Amino acid sequence: MSATTASLEPARGWTHRFRANPTSWIGVAIIVAVILAAVFASWIWPLDPLEQSVVDRLMGPSPEHPLGTDSYGRDVLARLLHAARISLLIGVLSIALAMAVGSAIGIAAGYLGGWFDAAVTSLLDVLLSFPTLLLGLMVVAMLGPSIENLVIAIAITELAPFARVARAPTISLKSRDFVEAGRALGFSDLRLVVVHIIPNLLSEVVVVASLWLATAIRTEASLSFIGLGVKPPTPTWGGMIREGFENILDAPWLAVAPGVAIMVTVLGLNLLGDGLRDAIDPKVRRD
Amino acid sequence: MGEFLLRRVALAVPTLLLAMTAVFVLARVVPGDPALVILGDQASLEALAALRERLGLDRPILQQYLDFLLGILRGDLGRSLVTGKSVWAEVLAVIPYTIELTLAAIVIGVVLGVPLGVYAAVHRNALPDTLTRLFSLAGLSFPAFVSAILLLLAFAIELRWFPVISAPKVDDPLDRLRHLALPAFNIGLIMTAYVTRVTRSSMLNVLGEDYVRTARAKGIGMRAVLWRHALRNALIPVATVVGLYLGTLIGNSVLTEIVFNRPGLGKLILGALNQRDYTLLQGLMVFFAGFIVLANAATDIAYGIIDPRVRYK
Repeated sequence: MSATTASLEPARGWTHRFRANPTSWIGVAIIVAVILAAVFASWIWPLDPLEQSVVDRLMGPSPEHPLGTDSYGRDVLARLLHAARISLLIGVLSIALAMAVGSAIGIAAGYLGGWFDAAVTSLLDVLLSFPTLLLGLMVVAMLGPSIENLVIAIAITELAPFARVARAPTISLKSRDFVEAGRALGFSDLRLVVVHIIPNLLSEVVVVASLWLATAIRTEASLSFIGLGVKPPTPTWGGMIREGFENILDAPWLAVAPGVAIMVTVLGLNLLGDGLRDAIDPKVRRD
Repeated sequence: MGEFLLRRVALAVPTLLLAMTAVFVLARVVPGDPALVILGDQASLEALAALRERLGLDRPILQQYLDFLLGILRGDLGRSLVTGKSVWAEVLAVIPYTIELTLAAIVIGVVLGVPLGVYAAVHRNALPDTLTRLFSLAGLSFPAFVSAILLLLAFAIELRWFPVISAPKVDDPLDRLRHLALPAFNIGLIMTAYVTRVTRSSMLNVLGEDYVRTARAKGIGMRAVLWRHALRNALIPVATVVGLYLGTLIGNSVLTEIVFNRPGLGKLILGALNQRDYTLLQGLMVFFAGFIVLANAATDIAYGIIDPRVRYK
């Protein structure tokens, strides 16, 4: 399954380049830390993110509550850690969905060509230029806010980049000798696509996934901030900022803590995605 | 040039039709009854039927689609369910604020981003380049509402340099500028990060070109080569990318307007959402879709004017 296209080099080459890039490592470290924090939230900080306490409301940072408490007296650190789960879950699921559906559309367009390709390409251009946030907002406003609908909405906003990145190599791959040979041997289109084309464009699709995961998490946070996120009391970073913003004058840490969490996570993903792209894309490498 | 213009405008028509169809499909074919969404679960059957009739939802779907397209063709984007005013009137009332904000952001982004990008490209892989890259990546990682809140906390609440709520007096230019500063700076900084990144990579490509070497070999100073020869060519992709960035810019201005409680399209959308003003929301989507398609066409045409090679592709 080693890379066969002209644009890709043997697997060892790009992993080596990725490892040699210090900023990629910072990205990896941040993402691993966020994942661990999300998975082991209850062990790291065993307070209940949903437990309210009227006497403890809007308390500043203290040893019992390192990041203070919110307007319901809930521990902000516990909410922050548990919110990481929701953000990562929605981000990863929506990207997986966008990756599967978007790549399938792109591969179909590239492989079939003709009017189907033309129609899909112009539809993608519209989708690509439409503001991500407004499209997500429209879809969630129509479907209603829930985890599933958020995943669907964010996936729709990110179909186009995957379709684009899968379409271009499909066009060049379908006329390559090894695919022609397969066709001469009587392999079905499905087999040619699944066995011979998909493995060769997978690495490029994965790079796009790592770059767009950052956007997915940002979109989820933005929708939650607008009030179209997962329903309270479930903690999400965007939702926490929304609640904190209402008390910005008395308790600024409520909005700042989840804001920093989003920023650091997105920065980590961007560093990781950049590192992967620099390592894999020969055009960028030339710089 | 005439033929290129005509071709590009002709291409915008099917794209526009496609975009409008997408808005229609999104608004009508989604699961659930729009009337039920607007009135809520408690509404009586009569009220639901009356609203369906008012919205034209009782007619066959194809008829609805044709009415929708014909309306747009006449320039009719529908009426707000809540205020009864036309969508155009609602949009025109607030759009000067949004235009002011986005234009200011573009100016900040280009004025800061282009020199930073050139500087980073010239000092490639040295410390200033690494710092610039980190800055631009950090800028791209900030969701607009997070940076807006941080700016608000620092400069409006702590330092009190700027107003907390951005509600400018229309006839006082100085007051307007004071209210514009923080929101514009917020979107402008994010845009700067983006422009810096694009300028840097575009400049790196151009600096490797033969004509740059030729100019240097002729004895032209580095500064003149940089600003007169290289930058001019490097700016072509930057212009396109800035055009493509428009979608993100609109999203960021929506979030920024919400944080600074500033009138504009963002607050209009939020109001429509909160009041379940379904027709206003749909009209706004048509407006945005149309605007984006036309802006893309305009970018392409501008590109064709700057770079004659594009016209013959």
